[in-house]
Amino acid sequence: MALIEVRGISKFYGPHAAVRDVSFDIKEGEIVGLLGLNGAGKSTILKILGTFLLPSSGRAVMGGHSVEDDADKVRELIGYLPDTPPLYEEMRVIPYLRFVAQLKNVAPRLIDERIASVLKKTNLQEVAWQPLGELSHGFRQRVGIAQALIHDPPIIILDEPINGLDPVQIVEMRDLILSLRGKHTVILSSHILSEITRTCDRILIIDKGRLVAEGQEAELDKAVARSMRVVAQYVGNISLAEIRKISGVRQVIEGQGVEKNSKLLTIECDGDVRSEVARAIITSGAQLLELGRDGDGLESIFMSLVRSSKLQTSAEVTHG
Amino acid sequence: MGKTWQIARRELGAFFNTWMGYVIVAAVLIIDGLLFNAFAVGNEPKLSADVLSDFFYFSSGMSMVAGIFLAMRLMAEEKQNGTIVLLFSSPISERQVIYGKFVSAFLFAGVLHLVSLYMPALILVHGKISFGHVLAGYVCLMLLSAVTISITLLSSTLAPNQLVAAVGGGFLTVVFLTFWMLAKIVDQPFRDIFSWLAIHSDHFTPFSNGIINLQDLVFYVGLVVFFLECATRALIGRRCQG
Repeated sequence: MALIEVRGISKFYGPHAAVRDVSFDIKEGEIVGLLGLNGAGKSTILKILGTFLLPSSGRAVMGGHSVEDDADKVRELIGYLPDTPPLYEEMRVIPYLRFVAQLKNVAPRLIDERIASVLKKTNLQEVAWQPLGELSHGFRQRVGIAQALIHDPPIIILDEPINGLDPVQIVEMRDLILSLRGKHTVILSSHILSEITRTCDRILIIDKGRLVAEGQEAELDKAVARSMRVVAQYVGNISLAEIRKISGVRQVIEGQGVEKNSKLLTIECDGDVRSEVARAIITSGAQLLELGRDGDGLESIFMSLVRSSKLQTSAEVTHG
Repeated sequence: MGKTWQIARRELGAFFNTWMGYVIVAAVLIIDGLLFNAFAVGNEPKLSADVLSDFFYFSSGMSMVAGIFLAMRLMAEEKQNGTIVLLFSSPISERQVIYGKFVSAFLFAGVLHLVSLYMPALILVHGKISFGHVLAGYVCLMLLSAVTISITLLSSTLAPNQLVAAVGGGFLTVVFLTFWMLAKIVDQPFRDIFSWLAIHSDHFTPFSNGIINLQDLVFYVGLVVFFLECATRALIGRRCQG
């Protein structure tokens, strides 16, 4: 049974739809990533799940409780880190975590234990008594995670947790998120593709407020394989007509390659035609230097999905 | 009650841990002291009770101004700093947030009034005053602070920043202050209604003379509860809109 059930949620600001008819399920223990460009609607979805915002329509249920009708129950189940950590600048780390623990209904006898636990988990011991206003961005982000974990909630919601962190801090944050696996259900958002692939079990791709795809990276890869772009770099002469004859090829563009005297072939196609293209280049006597899909893994998947989402949207506008 | 007190305690800490609280206390004390010396004591011989009544009259203005400055940041700062997300994602009701914020500013106003006790003490040293008169006057100062805190708390909940919150709170306070002027130019029954709604004139005078009327107490407390409930509704509305 899903721990988080989202059914057809939409959020309108006047006539503008920030989120439109989004539905998904998240199982207990999963780490799920919301991937999308800035302004795609990721934060709005997380705000709704975090009970910070009510949906205009649709229903979100967390651990059996509706975010709309039973917000207080949901709030006990979630730890929420917004895109900017909610820190009171004049407070010190430990008093702040104590305040949050009290707000989150942690039993008084357990508060010290929970503070010690999250300080250790987020590696904050060295700044435990520093004012929050004097902490670096990385430490502030960690305090943000610590407050989300203080009541040991089953569901953790992290909105852009690696935003603004340096490479070392990103690695630390990634390890921290991975350490939550199994004990917590985590839903996080990011527009950084590589982070999503490294930390998440499943990916939800959001574009213009809509869920355009969901699944594991391999599943998404398969889903978009029907529409892909193949790039080949070679030295010599080939027959472009032979390439165009390959089943599924829609468009072939020849240009200058990166290597000396090389040429670059960009092929828009339906389905994976890489082996046929390789065969055509080699049989024509040219030297194949490089062959692959345009883009890198999830990035190309994401771009394909966003492109197809745009086509769908423009088609809707045309017909609607 | 527990959550309300937690909010109040944190907010009180913020008053004491930042320059804001100290600046407000210092400014109010300086201006109150000057007004006390220049107008309440004055150069003419006066009865101690009259000096005390004048002290409460001049302090009432500063009590209201202090209320506006204490309350302007209460919700607006949460929005500006993004900490309102913490409150909205915690199992705490909007009413607990608003009442907690109110309690903190009210208690801080209490500290402010406590520090001003040296002025009635000076009158006591040089003359004769009743402790009941002092008590009634301070009850009224606290009630006036409470009214402006609740008005500005509503403004702070609606406003995008502290400046707008202060302007909104100040404007509403002036409206309620000047109802007595409006009462003079309208016919019955509006004359009685506006006169009754004015927060200073008719309801304040008995207190400043050492008399505590139950109906005046109920008026001030009712007004405070009304604005706090409005602020609660505004906060609930804000959560719906995001």
